[in-house]
Amino acid sequence: MILLVLLLILFVAALLSWIVAAKSNLLCRWIALGSLLINLVIVLVIWVNHTTTADRWWYNFRVDWIPHFGISLHLAMDGLSLLMVALTFFLGALSVLISWKEIDKRVGFFHFNLLFVLCGITGVFLTMDLFLFYFFWEMMLIPMYFLIGIWGHERREYAANKFFLFTQAGGLLMLLAILGLYFVHGANTHVYTFDYFDLLNTPMEPGTARWLMLGFLIAFLVKVPAVPFHTWLPDAHTEASTAGSVVLAGLLLKTGAYGILRFVLPLFPAAAVEIAPLAMLLGVIGILYGAMLAYAQTDFKRLIAYTSVSHMGFVLLGAFAFNEIAYQGVVMQMITHGISTGALFIIAGALYERIHTRNLKQMGGLWTRLPLMGSAVMIFVMGSLGLPGLGNFIAEFLVLLGSWQANQWLTVFATIGLVVATAYSLRIMQKVFFGPCDRQYTLPDLNMREMVIIVALVIVIFWLGFHPQPVLNTSQNINYVVR
Amino acid sequence: MSFADFISLGPLITLSAAVVVAMLLVAAWRNHRMVYGFSLLAFMMALTAIIPAIKYIPHAIPPLLVIDEFSLFNTGLILVAGFIILLLSFNYFEEREERKEEYYLLLLLATIGALVLVVSRHFMSLFLGLEILSISLYGLIAYLRTRERSDEAGIKYLMLAALSSAFLLFGMALVYAFTGHMDFPGIGVALRQAGYLPVSVMAGFGLMLIGVGFKLGIVPFHMWAPDIYEGAPLPVAAFIATISKGAMLVLLIRFYQDIHGNDYPMLWWIVAIIAVASMFVGNWLALTQQNIKRILAYSSIAHMGYILVAFLSGVQTGLEAIAFYLVAYFITSIGAFGVVIVMSSSLQDAETIADYKGLFWRHPWVATVFTAMLLSLAGIPLTAGFIGKFYIVMAGVNGHQWFLLFMLVINSVIGLYYYIRLVAAMFSVPAPGEQTMVTPALPMAGNITLVLLTILLVALGVYPTAMMQLIQQMMRILV
Repeated sequence: MILLVLLLILFVAALLSWIVAAKSNLLCRWIALGSLLINLVIVLVIWVNHTTTADRWWYNFRVDWIPHFGISLHLAMDGLSLLMVALTFFLGALSVLISWKEIDKRVGFFHFNLLFVLCGITGVFLTMDLFLFYFFWEMMLIPMYFLIGIWGHERREYAANKFFLFTQAGGLLMLLAILGLYFVHGANTHVYTFDYFDLLNTPMEPGTARWLMLGFLIAFLVKVPAVPFHTWLPDAHTEASTAGSVVLAGLLLKTGAYGILRFVLPLFPAAAVEIAPLAMLLGVIGILYGAMLAYAQTDFKRLIAYTSVSHMGFVLLGAFAFNEIAYQGVVMQMITHGISTGALFIIAGALYERIHTRNLKQMGGLWTRLPLMGSAVMIFVMGSLGLPGLGNFIAEFLVLLGSWQANQWLTVFATIGLVVATAYSLRIMQKVFFGPCDRQYTLPDLNMREMVIIVALVIVIFWLGFHPQPVLNTSQNINYVVR
Repeated sequence: MSFADFISLGPLITLSAAVVVAMLLVAAWRNHRMVYGFSLLAFMMALTAIIPAIKYIPHAIPPLLVIDEFSLFNTGLILVAGFIILLLSFNYFEEREERKEEYYLLLLLATIGALVLVVSRHFMSLFLGLEILSISLYGLIAYLRTRERSDEAGIKYLMLAALSSAFLLFGMALVYAFTGHMDFPGIGVALRQAGYLPVSVMAGFGLMLIGVGFKLGIVPFHMWAPDIYEGAPLPVAAFIATISKGAMLVLLIRFYQDIHGNDYPMLWWIVAIIAVASMFVGNWLALTQQNIKRILAYSSIAHMGYILVAFLSGVQTGLEAIAFYLVAYFITSIGAFGVVIVMSSSLQDAETIADYKGLFWRHPWVATVFTAMLLSLAGIPLTAGFIGKFYIVMAGVNGHQWFLLFMLVINSVIGLYYYIRLVAAMFSVPAPGEQTMVTPALPMAGNITLVLLTILLVALGVYPTAMMQLIQQMMRILV
């Protein structure tokens, strides 16, 4: 029941913030922020209360929705869901905060969309019914489309359309696969249901399993994104408003990774093992290709977008390594990437508010003007290149450690990615904050609101770096992928 | 004619009587409001006449008609759709034409034609219903005589409809010549006894398909659709998009079931090619259109293609899917045309995309309704269109029609592009100084109707169980 409440709070707050915006923008922002903080507190309380329990599923809520098809409103939470949902509310709250000044037009509709997309994402992380999963999966697209298309930068409509079409195409393939699974299960057991737990261990022909798995996998690879399907990402990330970029990079990409962990691997274990080398190869290509492209960018946000491609390659590499170390690394990587990339997008947005350009060539020497911002970027850039002591290091180290056991050569190449990451990360610092400065005027450094956001992010990334055990304990509960 | 016949045909008889009375009313005293009110009343009475008819189902009136759950359900659907179109019509005609009253006579007549199609099980009644429908539509399409494109549309429809009727008749004659039957079950039995499909019967079916395909607006018989949607008065376009196509589809399903169409692969392949072609042509041509009416025309061609996919799945779920999709499609199409109706001024229809630019910031409620309708056409969750598309895909997977399903998926993505283009236009921020030519009328009755349609759309999208149960129960009879 508490899980339904999480969704309902967001949904009601979305409507409420839209309505009250006609009267007061400030109230609308507070409603949005308040609802997300309440949800965050609820999730943290759940987490604190469930650190030691051994049973995997903490909450299970199920009512029939369309019994004719065996569709139910089935929500459940385990360690993975909990971590993802906590990340969702954390980054969601920060998204509201960073939009405080940036979004001054159509405030109500903005917060409606923001909360609605967060509601969809939360649903994706919590639902244990495949129809409902597809429902939420599609539901988060429309508000995201608006977030990019209305409040974005110059080429926002192009970016929004591209994003929408790519993910829809993937989503429809997944729908076919879901229905295929439904009928295969029905034909074999005479129970027609979309329930996740029933569909686990569906007996099926290897050939069928291969096709169905591909349907799921392509949808998730588009979202992650893996290399041949990644072209929507740089456009969408670059053109979206800051909050849009944070939600995209921090959360939407994670739904793809989550889908692989939750659905592809457990539902089709044999087929997943078969395709593992190819998927890991795609991951490594993503790591190297994304890093190389990131190095070549001149647009700050586009650069960060390509680093996402690179970092999410590690997720793919680890997910198909089939051992617990890699798996825990993947979960860590999902969280730390959300935090560090989100932070970089937030700073890029703050910088854009001040100097009105994203072009790296027009920046330089900003350290003397913006020392606080410079140090913040330094921290997250170090995180991005995998400096020990920050969360990203733990994540990438674990992934590489795990994938070494599965495939040595690919791991070697993936490690090269870390070198390139160092190059592009340091280039950010070099281009933006060091070098000559031809600006005579002063710029305001981080204000109170931005400090709160940055400090929160810094604390989390250090905490994940120095004391990752609580997260690892929680994600440990999931052990079905281990071969 | 027995008492049971009388009650079973209640809706039809009510409407027929209403046409006569309405005609006399108009002759005695021309008053727009009165005829409008009377037509609404007639539709409501016809709807209530369904209730006593339920007691007698299934009831056959040999050899022409059959009243079963399937036909009563569709009768209800058509009557409700007609009622809503009527509601949207009043203001539209009030502002435009001097002689508005005959419109209602023609609309009632056309509805009767559609109802006859829904209950017919015989070539004679089929042709009668079709002609009542077509001939009323000639008048309806060209009703606003002073507009430039209305004559063109009317004449085009007249020519093509007459031609396709001729093909239909010839096809029927061929089928009759070789089976010796004109009632659908009789044909089915004769063919089954023959054990194969003779060439002449095949040719007959092919010719009949031209007549049927024309009414459904499927490729390659779709050419008329965009021009007629553009030239016809908006409520009439909504009527053609929904009731006229829906009634024909219902007839096609009944015919196909009665002759056991799935037993003949040749027939299956022809329909499959038509389905794929309809999806591609409809969506492809819609991509570049700037006129909303033409977009809706092409999109309805594509939607007929989707429905045919369910039709071809050859499973029970397929028929349920069609019925559900039809309901969703009716709501969505009437809603979309309704938006165009309330947005149109007395001088000009709001038909270009430019008229809708930034609509959300000027008239948020209308834009929200239109967005909901477009998203439903695109099949996005929380709308009836999503459940409908889901149902169709489900039927396809159940029938293992993977090829058709992939075509459907590709087309859904193409289709999305032009729907979201419209949505994006409504939410885009118009540049200062850029103003639309059309000042929307936004009549009260129209707005309320639209809001109700939207609520219905979302309700079906969120809780479709009740409708599904109704449909499932009704389809059990048919198979």
